[in-house]
Amino acid sequence: MKMKYVSIAALLAAALASPTALAQKTIKIGNTNPYSGPASAYGTIGKTIGAYWKMVNEKGGINGRMVEWISYDDGYSPPKTVEMARRLVEQDQVLLIFQSLGTPPNSAIHKYMNAKKVPHLFVATGATKWNDPKSYPWTMGWQPNYQTEGRIYAEHILKNNPKAKIGVLYQNDDYGKDYLKGFKDGLGDKVSMIVKEVSYEVADPTVDSQMVQLQASGADTFFNITTPKFAAQAIRKAYDSGWKPTHYLNNVSASIGSVLKPAGLEKAVGLISTQYIKDPLDEQWKNDASVNEWKAFMGKYYPDGNLADASNIYGYTVAQTMHQVLKQAGNDLSRANIMKQAANLKNFRPETLLPGIRINTSATDFAPIESEQLIRFDGKEWKRFGAILGK
Amino acid sequence: MIVVALVLLAACMLPFVVSNYRTFQFTLALVYAIALLGLNMLTGYNGQISLGHGAFYAIGAYTAAILMDQYGVPYWATIPAAAVVCLIAGFLFGLPALRLEGLYLALATFALAVSLPALLKYHHLEQWTGGVQGIVLLKPDAPFGLPLNPDQWLYFFTLAITVLMFVLAWNILRGRMGHAMVAIRDQHIAAEAMGIHTAMVKSMTFGISAMYTGIAGALGAIAIQFVAPDSFNIFVSIMLLVGVVIGGLASISGAIYGALFIQFVPNIADAISKAAPWAIFGIFLLGFVYVMPMGIAGAVRMAVARLTRKAQNQAAKP
Amino acid sequence: MQELLHQVLAGLATGGIYASLALALVMIYQATHLVNFAQGEMAMFATYLAWSLINAGMPYWPAFLLTVVLAFVLGVVIERVIIRPVENAPVLAVVVVFIALLVILNSVTGWIYSYTIKSFPSPFPAEPIFGQYVTSHQGGAIGVTLVVLLLLFLFFRYTPLGLAMRAAAQNPDSARLVGIRVGWMLALGWGLAAAVGGVAGMMVAPIVFLDPNMMGGVLLYAFAAALVGGIDNPAGAVFGGFLVGVLENLLGAFVIGNELKLAVALVLIIGVLVVKPSGFFGKVLVTRV
Repeated sequence: MKMKYVSIAALLAAALASPTALAQKTIKIGNTNPYSGPASAYGTIGKTIGAYWKMVNEKGGINGRMVEWISYDDGYSPPKTVEMARRLVEQDQVLLIFQSLGTPPNSAIHKYMNAKKVPHLFVATGATKWNDPKSYPWTMGWQPNYQTEGRIYAEHILKNNPKAKIGVLYQNDDYGKDYLKGFKDGLGDKVSMIVKEVSYEVADPTVDSQMVQLQASGADTFFNITTPKFAAQAIRKAYDSGWKPTHYLNNVSASIGSVLKPAGLEKAVGLISTQYIKDPLDEQWKNDASVNEWKAFMGKYYPDGNLADASNIYGYTVAQTMHQVLKQAGNDLSRANIMKQAANLKNFRPETLLPGIRINTSATDFAPIESEQLIRFDGKEWKRFGAILGK
Repeated sequence: MIVVALVLLAACMLPFVVSNYRTFQFTLALVYAIALLGLNMLTGYNGQISLGHGAFYAIGAYTAAILMDQYGVPYWATIPAAAVVCLIAGFLFGLPALRLEGLYLALATFALAVSLPALLKYHHLEQWTGGVQGIVLLKPDAPFGLPLNPDQWLYFFTLAITVLMFVLAWNILRGRMGHAMVAIRDQHIAAEAMGIHTAMVKSMTFGISAMYTGIAGALGAIAIQFVAPDSFNIFVSIMLLVGVVIGGLASISGAIYGALFIQFVPNIADAISKAAPWAIFGIFLLGFVYVMPMGIAGAVRMAVARLTRKAQNQAAKP
Repeated sequence: MQELLHQVLAGLATGGIYASLALALVMIYQATHLVNFAQGEMAMFATYLAWSLINAGMPYWPAFLLTVVLAFVLGVVIERVIIRPVENAPVLAVVVVFIALLVILNSVTGWIYSYTIKSFPSPFPAEPIFGQYVTSHQGGAIGVTLVVLLLLFLFFRYTPLGLAMRAAAQNPDSARLVGIRVGWMLALGWGLAAAVGGVAGMMVAPIVFLDPNMMGGVLLYAFAAALVGGIDNPAGAVFGGFLVGVLENLLGAFVIGNELKLAVALVLIIGVLVVKPSGFFGKVLVTRV
């Protein structure tokens, strides 16, 4: 009986004496992802990142500290994201929130994270607004933003086919409209080249009707701003109905495994898109060391994960970026220093990025990846062409 | 009566014993309780099935958000505005819905909930609704220098409105209107024969029900500080229906049980399994329906009845 | 003019999708007088079973038949195990059970098969045989839906079992008196609906691609189609499916634009229902006080 008291007292004393020491033994990283609901296809990103930290911990952690990954389901519903972000920050007391997914969910917690001064890092959305260090010094995006990508296609069209008649299909939400805006900005005063723009809703079963409208408009160039399922439908319909326009596909769906294969590789020949991460199903990376490393990682730490799903290599690559920031932070795991290090990435290169693409940030540049390369599908692999675009 | 007083007392103590985050969660639970009470009047008491109350929740939320964002209206003044807008919207929707019963009404309401996000995104309304980007709001501080932080203040504000709405509901339901509602649900032809203006009562019920849900939506928007079309998909409506049934149809206290269920059970499901949180949630649903087919309120009622009977039996024994 | 024709044909093709699931909804309604919100997810799950069979090397048609049988068994099991305990519960409690089924099936399928889309084979030739506007699969799928409709018609009209099922649904008490095992008739109804749903899933998947959320968007259209045609009339449901598909396309392309086409289509349907509360071909129910 006495023993018990003594040990409880000892435990209490230990707990009271060193809250900071305890806190510093682990690095708590928070996250929200849609593990349920209509956007659950993206939930695999959170699972890949969780597996990544498991690997890091097995190899001894970061600067001797273990990573504790706390990821909650928000079902892609902004109110739930707010609740979960508060739980992470106020109850779990995470050091930072990393890779929370989706533009509307992140918009909902944007102000909160900055008011609380908690790093809100490398959010999983390509909206342009995350690169705003002046007004939101605690929030940072990661992937190339949608508007820039839209501009790249516009410039390519202006250069190669200035008489093009363009049809656009876009998802009727923030993501689709961001792409469309960048594309229109890129066309500038030639915006009348767009002869038809049609939208679809995520709940629509098919986009066949929209494709018929585009075909009937007489467009000879097609900008396809769709998520994987609809991209595959549109690629197939454009081919089957004999339209066969010059087809620009947004990077969101430029995955051989999860889009082109289901649509039929022969129907995807000639597609133009952009890329910044290696596509694991692309023949040219068959013997690539970094892709094989990723495959080995998947096999060991996330065996349920689908190797054809581009989200999984995305998760792996973005986790490496977070890893780098924490490495750089060294023993100063204050939130201010995390932000400082996140804004101090110099020529960092996870090898799963395309050759030549590097991550650079600074106090005035909160856009880690700003370059991508145009690619064209030849039926087997994405052929890169032209220079690396952007910074 | 004593129970109600005790619950109220506990509710007032709550923000001082739990964290701000928990306080915020309970604020949301109160918001859902108001919405569920509204849906329960329509579905539980009046027998009209709505699969689309998320739409009224959204209308209330957007009314509050637009007034605050565009016209600088103070947050507390948006609540009555949301109430009026939703009362009218509900009443108007209730008029054609009069001819629809059962499944057909379910479809009509379902359609309303599915179409509303598209309407919120519609580009001609964008200047008010903020389109796909939604509207970001500011969190109100406690007035009059009260020593409360914003979470606590919002909790008490919501609690006060919740109490008001419950008292109002209690009065409506035990008055003429309430009896008419139940009479129409159980025997609508007989009710008509007895001189109840069926059409009026049904449309009015629809309006009042929508008003409750709209007030909840406005409070929800203020608590979350953000509205966007993605916040109001069809699952909001489905969750409200689930809450009403699990809480207990045709029961005022059921709204509270249901609100606690839809606020907290999804989090429990998420904690149990990341791989398939919905599967766990579904199993919870099945479990509750099997064990308590009349909802939690029904089960409580039966338990109380059994206990009192036992007590009476014992007292009767010499 | 050409676009109009193309839109109508594309609308018929998507309408075929709605029609096939609407048929399953009508089936379950005939047997139980309830609309099963999990019908779409059951169909989706059955389609994944078919996908597994085909991936394991089974040729298409045997896999198709086996899936129909498996779906039937799945339906019967669900009725016996999950629905039976709430037989006497209020209608809305049953609706919650349907919602539970929906989320469980959706989540479990995603867990087993992941959420990436999969292509699902079509039994019909790749070359267009109906002109370039409609793929041969779309044409074939409409044909299959019509065949299923015919089989159901014959089954309910001419077989003793079909008659018994109808009797059990319409008047359980009297049916029991003449010796029909009402409980099993309900289970059979579930099985049949699930089997019809399985066929629908296998016809839909090659068009929209197979993923766990494949039927989410279709369900509302199917629900609307079933009601506008008359919830107790299989032929009406099929007609409703085509009507909804064509109406939606024409509104989107020529009248209101894609953003609001669903909303306007639904308003029109509800308008029809306000005027004709039993749908175009539904029986007008007369209830006794």
